[in-house]
Amino acid sequence: MERSLFRFIIRHSKREQAMILPLVIASMLIYFSMLDLPKAIINEAIQGKRFPSADTTVAFLQVQPTLPQFLGGRTLAIFDGFPLQQLPYLLALTLAFLALIVVNGALKFQINTMKGWLGERMLRRLRYALFDHILRFPMSRFRRVKSAELATMIKDEVEPLGGFVGESLIAPTFYALEAFTAMFFIMYQHVYLGLIALAVVAAQAMIIPRLRRRLLVLSRERQLSARQLAGRIAEVADGAIEVHANDTSNYERAEISSRLGRIFRIRFELYQRKFMIKFLNNFLSQLAPFCFYLVGGALVIKGSLDIGTLVAVIAAYKDLPSPIKELIDWDQQRLDVQIKYTQVIEQFAVEDLSPAALQAPVADAQLPPAQGALRVSGLSLSGEAGTKILDGVSFEVGLEQHVAVLGSHASGAGELAQLLARLLAPSSGRIEVGGVDITKAPESVTGRALAYVGPSAYLFPVSVRDNLVYGLKHFPLREAAYEGEALAEREFQVREVRRTDSTQLDFNADWIDYAAAGAAGPEDLDARIAEFLRVVDLEETIFELGLRSAVDGARHPGLADSALRARAAMRARLGAPGMQGLVEQFDAARYNRNATLAENLLFGTPIGSKIFDIENLASNSYVRQVLREQGLAEDLLKMGHKLAETMVELFSGLPPGHEFFERFSFIRQDDLPEVKAVLGRVADAGLAGIEEADRDLLLALPFKMIPARHRLGLMDEAFEGRILAARRAFAANLPAEMRGGVEFFDADRFNGAASLQDNILFGKVATGQAQAGTRVGAMLHDVLEELRMRPQVVSIGLGYQVGIGGARLATPDRQKLAIARALLKRPVVLILDQAASGLDAGAQNRIVSSVLESRKGQCVVWTLQRNDLAERFGHVLVVERGRIAEQGRFADLKGSGGALQKLLSAG
Amino acid sequence: MTLEQEFELIRRVPIFSTTDPSMQKLLAFSSDRLTYEEGQLMFSAGDPPDSAYIVMEGEVDITVPTPKGPLLVNTLGRNDVIGEIGIFGDVPRTATATARTRIEVLRISRDVFVNVIRGNPDAAIALVRILADRLAKTTAQLRRMAAEAGK
Repeated sequence: MERSLFRFIIRHSKREQAMILPLVIASMLIYFSMLDLPKAIINEAIQGKRFPSADTTVAFLQVQPTLPQFLGGRTLAIFDGFPLQQLPYLLALTLAFLALIVVNGALKFQINTMKGWLGERMLRRLRYALFDHILRFPMSRFRRVKSAELATMIKDEVEPLGGFVGESLIAPTFYALEAFTAMFFIMYQHVYLGLIALAVVAAQAMIIPRLRRRLLVLSRERQLSARQLAGRIAEVADGAIEVHANDTSNYERAEISSRLGRIFRIRFELYQRKFMIKFLNNFLSQLAPFCFYLVGGALVIKGSLDIGTLVAVIAAYKDLPSPIKELIDWDQQRLDVQIKYTQVIEQFAVEDLSPAALQAPVADAQLPPAQGALRVSGLSLSGEAGTKILDGVSFEVGLEQHVAVLGSHASGAGELAQLLARLLAPSSGRIEVGGVDITKAPESVTGRALAYVGPSAYLFPVSVRDNLVYGLKHFPLREAAYEGEALAEREFQVREVRRTDSTQLDFNADWIDYAAAGAAGPEDLDARIAEFLRVVDLEETIFELGLRSAVDGARHPGLADSALRARAAMRARLGAPGMQGLVEQFDAARYNRNATLAENLLFGTPIGSKIFDIENLASNSYVRQVLREQGLAEDLLKMGHKLAETMVELFSGLPPGHEFFERFSFIRQDDLPEVKAVLGRVADAGLAGIEEADRDLLLALPFKMIPARHRLGLMDEAFEGRILAARRAFAANLPAEMRGGVEFFDADRFNGAASLQDNILFGKVATGQAQAGTRVGAMLHDVLEELRMRPQVVSIGLGYQVGIGGARLATPDRQKLAIARALLKRPVVLILDQAASGLDAGAQNRIVSSVLESRKGQCVVWTLQRNDLAERFGHVLVVERGRIAEQGRFADLKGSGGALQKLLSAG
Repeated sequence: MTLEQEFELIRRVPIFSTTDPSMQKLLAFSSDRLTYEEGQLMFSAGDPPDSAYIVMEGEVDITVPTPKGPLLVNTLGRNDVIGEIGIFGDVPRTATATARTRIEVLRISRDVFVNVIRGNPDAAIALVRILADRLAKTTAQLRRMAAEAGK
């Protein structure tokens, strides 16, 4: 990247800048005419210098240029012009003035638009180039630079550059020309006045930059401190657990506060200085008119200057400060942006940046054969302090082997794994896979032939499926189809991409390399995925996630029908002897005692804008209208009052944070005092006398009541009947605009707003039945297995969003998912670096066995935490202090008295 | 049955009869009401204990596994407490509980139960009395079996 901002600008935008220049010059010519025209209007038209008598006419728009002397000095009569009298002449001149204003405006508009485009393109180019650099950073760089700071640099710090680039060359040219024109005009009119103007401008140009020096230092500090603030905030967020575990929140508060204090100081001084400069600048600018009125006025009185000229000069000078000011501002901005640019570039200028060629996009990489050997020779790696982490490691194993790498924490085993995955570059030595030296191979080879899973593999905040196929997205293999507007948009984007040297690869294309996963296409990919999920013992989890997902029937054709079949099958099983009562199914004619009152009233799932959410139900005007019409409002209010009393009685004595609040209460602990206050007001004024807000609060409570679970005995059958009547009234009179707010329960219809499991159960698991949940779950499994719906449910589960860093999955599941991702791309060498360390011992045993089983005849290199697991591998490498201490078959080594035996006996 | 009735029931259970009414209410509210069908297993010897039960309706057989098959050691009924040993002993279930008839029980989770006992010396004494009684019964049974084995 160019170290100097201007070199960057000139190199990438000189053509576009050059295209704007003619417009700038044209605009200048017009500007000059606009300055000259008022003089003509006043002197010729108004004062009538060219109209000695009333019927004199003057030719308007006459074009009769006089040739210079060396061409003969002839006057060419190209156009004689229109003869006009004084008033029409005035009109013509003023109209011409108006026309010039319009043309000048149009030109400026065009220039500004072009500058805008230019700036945005350069900003895009710069951001892309910086991001490209991040992708080419050596791994070690990521240990030294904070991710939040990288983000701030690309997002915020280069932002002003975009605005500036458009101005960078054109603005100074434009304003300098403008200033020059105005200055030339004043000089042309009157030398003395011109000299006054020049002196003032010169003073500005001398003094202002001097005052600025300190500003530059300050703005550099401001940028650095803001960047560090971003980094620091991210640090605290990342270390939130430590903050709370160590009660250091106040320490962190103080730290941030002192930082903000520093930033405040810098910014404050910056503002003060800026305004000081502004003040001086304005003062100097105002000084000139003072001189003009004095000197010019005296000259007019003496008769050596006509009044029209003086007015024109003052008008020209009034325009003069603005270009000068703009120039000064531009210069300020230039320095500012230059600093920003340099500081950003410094962070991104890394010496051992990986060459772009190593990451060149390749559709069909020439991968090493899966036969042959993994041959490591003389492999060494030096640490940052020059220590040898690995020292002359050599070994050779067949590519059908399973290799266990054992070694203590600092033995270098982990680094060996990362070297094999080409995540680290060796200081010396070779790694050959099937005859190909992967230390020199491009990423298109290493990233496909090798798979690496570390101890804390990262998951992207996308769906499970997208995380799994992440390892298959190397190149856009199937182009996206565009039509109509989308096509036009795509063509526009391609043009812009070319202009900014960004990648032309289409993000919207299908990037998934199905063949690499052993699938023919999108259709059978999920089947392959399920296979590998079974290997890592994750399929059941994904299946459960699928059951708990709400499914849009339109996106999964056929699912609605299968779900309804499953519902029927489930109903049949639940009808069997001994199974009755496990699930209380929804029935339009019955009150469901295992569901909330809200669900019973709505008899459906709230969807869309959530107007019928349980939290909003009591305050919904339509719901209240229904309740009033059914005569339920007052009874519900009484019920809410009773509930509030019970809750307060039960929970008042509990210590804060007691789990009961979470588990049983209708009222959050924080709200308890408020509820007590409301009860007090009811005691004073009676239920009828309380205010609307208090009514709302009480009325909302009964909606959460589940009779079978809460057993408060507040509802009898008659009351249930009245709720059923309200249910019918609610559905019958639902206003059209609220239809989208609820998906009604219907025994014969799939409900896209409810989870798949709820759809199949079509009811609530009864709380009063022992082990009902487990038994129903088992039944559900059987039914889905019988109807062959399992793959479909797993597919739905694959759409589950894993959250930031996979936080919505349990830690072991994250590791399993990462291993499945590596398996899915079927690498030549699978490198697992303590990849199962987050699993318990039993799960580790299972997963090591099943992964090795699935990779039978294919190379696996696994650095293990537990030495006993090495028995399952065909070959064992023991690494000690950066060297291979011992290698061979487990059976041969375990009793040989060597390194392995020592490790085993050490536990 | 409603919370009020369960509250009444809990008041009649010896361990809880002396505790504070608000605690009794909380107990009733926080516990689950469960139905077991005749012959359904409540828990097996060796299971990790997570809760105790108060029988509200029906009878429960308590058996211990022996090499010769399950041995019936006790039959409990209305107002009896089941499974409290596991909770306080921090040991796996010592016996198996099976519904002899269709039963209704109140399940009290371990935390709640422990909290109640911790806060009420009277309840603790009542619990000790029950455990002592059980121990006496078990010892008598053991003596009888030893005598039978001696024959």
